[in-house]
Amino acid sequence: MQTNEAKKSNESNFLMKIVKNQCFIPLAALLLLALFNLIADPSFFKITLGYNSAGNPVLSGFLVTILDSGSELAILAIGMTLVTAATGGQDISVGAAIAISGSVLLRVLCGSNSRPETLQAPIIVAFLVSCVVAMLFGAFNGVLVAYFKIQPMIATLILYTAGRSIAAWINNNELPVISDTTFTYFGEFIPGIPIPTPFFIAVACMILIGIVLKVTNLRLFTQAVGINESSSRLNGLNPAFIKVLSFVILGLCVAVVGLIKVSRISTINYSVIAKDIEMDAILAVALGGNALSGGKFNMAASIIGAYVIQFLTTTLYKFQVQSDALPAYKAMVVIMLVVVSAPVVREKFSSLTKKLKVKEVA
Amino acid sequence: MKKKLLSVLLSTAMVAALATGCGSSEEAAAPAEEATAEEAPAAEEAPAEEAPAEEAASGELIKVGIINNDPNESGYRTANDKDLKATFTAENGYDASFAYSLKNDEQITAAQKFIQDGVDYLLLSAADTAGWDSVLQDAQDAGIRVILFDRTIDADESLYEASIVSDMDKEGETAVNWLKDQGLSEYKIIHLQGVMGSAAQQGRSGALDAAVASDGWTLVTQQTAEWNAEKAQQIVQSVIDSGESFNVIYAENDDMAKGAVAALDKANISHGVGKDVIVMGFDCNKWALEELLAQNWNYDGQCNPFQGVYIDEVIKKLEAGETLSEKVIIMDEKGFDATTITQDEVDIYGI
Repeated sequence: MQTNEAKKSNESNFLMKIVKNQCFIPLAALLLLALFNLIADPSFFKITLGYNSAGNPVLSGFLVTILDSGSELAILAIGMTLVTAATGGQDISVGAAIAISGSVLLRVLCGSNSRPETLQAPIIVAFLVSCVVAMLFGAFNGVLVAYFKIQPMIATLILYTAGRSIAAWINNNELPVISDTTFTYFGEFIPGIPIPTPFFIAVACMILIGIVLKVTNLRLFTQAVGINESSSRLNGLNPAFIKVLSFVILGLCVAVVGLIKVSRISTINYSVIAKDIEMDAILAVALGGNALSGGKFNMAASIIGAYVIQFLTTTLYKFQVQSDALPAYKAMVVIMLVVVSAPVVREKFSSLTKKLKVKEVA
Repeated sequence: MKKKLLSVLLSTAMVAALATGCGSSEEAAAPAEEATAEEAPAAEEAPAEEAPAEEAASGELIKVGIINNDPNESGYRTANDKDLKATFTAENGYDASFAYSLKNDEQITAAQKFIQDGVDYLLLSAADTAGWDSVLQDAQDAGIRVILFDRTIDADESLYEASIVSDMDKEGETAVNWLKDQGLSEYKIIHLQGVMGSAAQQGRSGALDAAVASDGWTLVTQQTAEWNAEKAQQIVQSVIDSGESFNVIYAENDDMAKGAVAALDKANISHGVGKDVIVMGFDCNKWALEELLAQNWNYDGQCNPFQGVYIDEVIKKLEAGETLSEKVIIMDEKGFDATTITQDEVDIYGI
């Protein structure tokens, strides 16, 4: 082995490093999609500066749409990565939790009247309340997982089933509509800035989580708990607390996405808002090359994974693939990823390369 | 003595019905939430209990058991439930019990309970079309008359007295005829479909597909947005991004029309009466009719949730010993044009 590697040139060493990097898979997927679009129709990359109906400058084009819609998923991917790493399981109640936090947001903004002329509370207050509620629901999931030792998917199944009904109940089954235009800034554009606001919100979240992971021990502790719970306890960590914390952080991400989603259409539809978004968020984590069984994680790879999924969705929309067929394409991606990362395949693959190397030497 | 016993029985039946209603919608909610949810409506109903008890003494109250889908399901269902509750009151001569579920087996269990309770009429909006034969046979044997509303089932016609439904094909035709009457020089349509296979989607898509084939209209895109505003926004956004031109948005419900309009606003494409793009929706949500009133949208087709009057009429006829001229009763459904809609219509027909 040693001699083989020594023989190889620096160039191939460099290549190996890139391939081994966790960001390689999502970046390669992104490149593949971009290349496909470039060949099929280069106008995909056209970005134009226009004006929206309120007279504000906006950029438009497929790439802008990807940045816009992909940002929600990127924010969720942050929380989902932490939950996956700490618990070795996934939260499937994300969509329902978004419905709840969106509903709370509207409830506070509208007060008792579902069609207010003016906002009944400042947006920031409503947002903070929805954050608290979403974090509480996150903590509820976390406690079930950490203290009652229920499998994450089963524990979050409770909220997955009940969440949308709770969301409807919060607003007495009414559909509040907000007419104040400042509320639309979060999901669309801030006047004068042509880049969609969700992208800025996502960047803010990324910077925040970047700082937290750099400054605090969150990364180390989460990975330690995910890799081996009992040994991390022996080393003085509190695994249950770390697990609950990861769910609470996901709750915060949920509240942010809830704000964007509700702001986009200034109202809410409890049964369909953020439908099936949990699957996309989990897929983003998987696409980022993170082990879905917990342990080590790479946040940047998950975030890129989220944008790759949106890239795929937008590409399929562009080519007018029936939108109810989209999940099938995503499923194909999942199957490929799972198969490639399966231990059996990896073993086969590494033994194959070893054989090749032996032949080379001979 | 008799009076007291009756009122006690009635109130327990009411509370039980309410409990099942709340249970299905808020199951697995935090216990505290459930408790408050149950208490509130129970308290509201309390004063009403006196009235039915008094009328029951004179023996005039008609007992009806109403099985419906979860009112949380959609704005349509919420309006439907509200309408039924307003129609079947003690003042109108009814003693109504309600049961809600989105699941067929739970609905069948509720039906069996109503049969045991000896209701006079069983009103049913079935979650699923299959599996109702035996329980409806039981009802018939017990002398209970069954009226279907909103949804039909796969059972022998002799098992029910009447079926009060919307004609989705007609809804689509009304809308498409309206579109034809607009006399556009060319029709380039973005067609946003509901969940594929649902009755509403099939009826509303069918009429448009027929017109596209016969009149040479162009479908710029035909996609299902699954009743979802966000998906509709993405689909329309994708058409705008690719630079294709279009002048009609045919959305099979109001939510999807709203999502489409959000995408239009972003790209500064004008829409509404006398503008570049015609916007059409369905279901007549109140906020959608207000968009019509403001001339931001052009058309909204009704899917009538107000079956109360129709059922009431059927029961009155049956009680008077008359026979119904036809089993399937199709409700009147309107289509609203932004140029003619009035505030009164918004208030009456908005759900």
